[in-house]
Amino acid sequence: MAGTATQRLWCKRAAKADLLVKGARVVDPTTGRDEVKDVLVTRGRIAAVGDDLEPGGSAAVRDADGCLLMPGFVDLHAHFRVPGGEDAEDLTSLTAAAAAGGYVAAFGMANTDPVVDNAALLEGLAQRAQAEATVPVGFHAAVTRGLQGEQLTEMVELATAGAVAFSDDGIPLRDADLLRKALQYASVTGRHIAVHAEDRSLTRKGVMHEGAVSARLGLAGMPSIAESIEVERALEVAAYEDARLHVCHVSTAAALEHLARFKERGVPVTAEVCPHHLTLTDEAVVTLDANVKMNPPLRPEADRAALVAALAEGLIDCVATDHAPHCADDKEVPFEEAPFGVIGLGTAFAILYAELVGDGAIDLLTLVDRMSSAPARIAGIPQPSIREGAEAGFCLFDPGDTWTVGRHTLHSRSQNSAWLGKELRGRVILTVAAGHVVWDAGA
Amino acid sequence: MSGHVDEVAIMDAEQITRTLTRMAHEILEKNPCEPSLSIVGIHTRGAFLARRLRDQLADLSGVDIPFGEVDISFYRDDIGARGIGDIRETPHPVVKGTDLPFEIDDAVIVLVDDVLYTGRTIRAAVDAIFDFGRPAKIQLAVLVDRGHRELPIRPDYVGKNMPTALPEHVRVRLIEHDGRDEVVLERGGREEGEA
Amino acid sequence: MTKRDLLSMDDLTRTDVDLILDTAESFLPILQRDIKKVPTLRGRTIVSYFHEASTRTSSSFDLAAKRLSADTIALKKSGSAIEKGESLKDTILTLSAYSPDIIVMRHPSAGACRLAARYTPASVINAGDGKYQHPTQCLLDLFTLRQTFGRDLDGMKISIVGDILHSRVARSDIAGFQMMGMHVTLVGPPTMMPRDIESLGVAVEHDLSHLRTADVIYLLRIQRERMQAGANFLPSLREYARVWGIDRSRVRPGQKVMHPGPINRGVEISGEIADDPDTLILEQVEAGLSTRMAILYRTIVGYSDSASEEA
Repeated sequence: MAGTATQRLWCKRAAKADLLVKGARVVDPTTGRDEVKDVLVTRGRIAAVGDDLEPGGSAAVRDADGCLLMPGFVDLHAHFRVPGGEDAEDLTSLTAAAAAGGYVAAFGMANTDPVVDNAALLEGLAQRAQAEATVPVGFHAAVTRGLQGEQLTEMVELATAGAVAFSDDGIPLRDADLLRKALQYASVTGRHIAVHAEDRSLTRKGVMHEGAVSARLGLAGMPSIAESIEVERALEVAAYEDARLHVCHVSTAAALEHLARFKERGVPVTAEVCPHHLTLTDEAVVTLDANVKMNPPLRPEADRAALVAALAEGLIDCVATDHAPHCADDKEVPFEEAPFGVIGLGTAFAILYAELVGDGAIDLLTLVDRMSSAPARIAGIPQPSIREGAEAGFCLFDPGDTWTVGRHTLHSRSQNSAWLGKELRGRVILTVAAGHVVWDAGA
Repeated sequence: MSGHVDEVAIMDAEQITRTLTRMAHEILEKNPCEPSLSIVGIHTRGAFLARRLRDQLADLSGVDIPFGEVDISFYRDDIGARGIGDIRETPHPVVKGTDLPFEIDDAVIVLVDDVLYTGRTIRAAVDAIFDFGRPAKIQLAVLVDRGHRELPIRPDYVGKNMPTALPEHVRVRLIEHDGRDEVVLERGGREEGEA
Repeated sequence: MTKRDLLSMDDLTRTDVDLILDTAESFLPILQRDIKKVPTLRGRTIVSYFHEASTRTSSSFDLAAKRLSADTIALKKSGSAIEKGESLKDTILTLSAYSPDIIVMRHPSAGACRLAARYTPASVINAGDGKYQHPTQCLLDLFTLRQTFGRDLDGMKISIVGDILHSRVARSDIAGFQMMGMHVTLVGPPTMMPRDIESLGVAVEHDLSHLRTADVIYLLRIQRERMQAGANFLPSLREYARVWGIDRSRVRPGQKVMHPGPINRGVEISGEIADDPDTLILEQVEAGLSTRMAILYRTIVGYSDSASEEA
């Protein structure tokens, strides 16, 4: 019944890559390798990893001196806006953005219009992905019908149709009994429940973190306890049921304390953190730029530092972007009126490499594990790996290349990036996903 | 102030004093037995000159003559550098205020300024005075007339006619404000102290 | 010519503020004259765009503009396209088509004026945005204080009493008072005190026991919607009046009382204090006119050239 064998990712068919990447620094947590090697890809599979490899037949040769070659990234948490929000993103633009960010798989949340709460809809999405997605994508299904928080979805059928997991993300599961039953029932499917932990009675009309900055700006605050109280409650329920729980976008040090306590007790819980929470603080909101408005909100430096440490030590399992496209008309409004959410697929690795690896806060192998191997494990898909025989799913990153975040570099239909207009150092220049070249900056 | 500035002396302290005495005589000649004669100076140096003229007139006639000051800041035609004529950012200092402590209606006012140039300052000063009442006459007394009028304005009393080229500037310095009395012609440097 | 916006007290230096207040002072004699009008801004167009109810701020700006001979048009939320769902950006673009020199704007969202300033070549003056800033109120409060206590406000103690959480007046005033070297204490129920507000360098009190040490008591209006069911900022107006309301027994002789208006008699202020000639509430209204004239004037002519004596 566990259904782990069902397909969870779909994409278009394309020509399999024949490629020789020469002289890249191969950084692969699945093999522990961190050394300069040549990587030969033949018909979409890694044929050899070695020194002074020769291109066989028609393989294109890519000189990658000074570049990093890493297993491609996996995003557990994106908002595809498909169906119903195609003015902000569609599967073509989404996968173009993912490819340019080095991603080889991304999973969408179910809060679309209509909600992904029945197998027929999910099967339809899988079909669309096979027609439009260059990078393999998969889908969460909702925990409750219409995200109403009342009636469970047909989880077994949804899992059979390929749902990666269940989540009402965007809306907290208010009812503890419902969360309990969802955890019990989902265990039959072998899929986890991913929770958006937020006590809305505390966040109310809040638009940013509650603290010194919100006091200064006169903006309604979202206190950190709104997250930590809910995280603790979800952990209590999961511990009681010994059920697989995944905590979305952890943003506070207080939530981490609960997470540490329950992980130590052996509760099967995993957690993710977003690139913006790892690199920005609520001070960024003083600009009142709607592109730093997200939920959970940016937190103070103490929280940010705690999140980085937790990611480095593994208390937080993985990075997830919470890629949330909104079209310009929706974000070019006063901060308080703007919708929550920023996009992240195109910038995640470049930002984290520059800010965290550059600072020595986290080592590169660990970061790649948190962005590739760990989320793949949680999603139940094969971990991208640079080893002979594996399907080619990797990216090439030039740490010296500078680029400006904007429409033409993000590839998303929306530009609501917290780094919009900023110049970043380090860029993904080549991505191979499911054996296809899906992104080549030089092409 | 920018670049090298050439100064040529036009009047010294003694000449200024003599000129003002002559102008005081002319004012009395033109307004014999005028009971409502008053003197109004335009901020900043016009007001100091007006004070000196008032003192001279008092000495000559034995009568105290009402005295006022007018600040044209709120009446300028180049506010926000959008006036007719030369479009440029002009300084707008702290306003010193207008003080006209006598009845303006039916008064004969001698308006005093240091340098007469485009005439725009005078136009503004006349407008300002009219917001306080309707004088019988306004006459104009200036220490230096450097020409280049842009409005149909003519002085009644002139200390010195000083034909100038446009890039030249006439600078009046007075003890009360600048520590010494002199009038100089400047070539080069920034346009200041003229209107 | 670069455009000058007045969006927040943070946009102004001490020199700018002094210049505005000096300019406001120079307008006072004009307001005493028979002809209370100068041609300074003749031919200029000033649009007021109030996306939120206001009587005193909008009428004060309107009269200030008229005293300076500017042409004014007013756009209010009710009955306008804003009510029909027009976006802020589109409203500002439409207003800009009239080539106004200044847009005076009030909006319920913080930062709305800064956003609007990006879409228009006109200068934008913030007449209140969300709970964030109300810089012209702050400037008129400073002008009132200066006219009452003289130019040197350094070291004076002012207590701001009331609903700090929802007050843009408090946020602008804290910045302005501190700029003048005043010591600011915030007083109010904990439910109406923003968390971590101490980070602004203010003292926080929850009762009136230290009020007597203040030179000035600045009262904020308590809004009735804070008492709505479920909001729970206050149990009742009656209890607020009893614990934080200012009456004769709580004001020491010589202490000045200010209020940005409109006042709630019997809630934050007793009728007796409101009518006391010693309070500065009407002075604030008067100061609003000359201060807003000065702001309009400085917005057009600029701040930075105060050093020059020549004209």
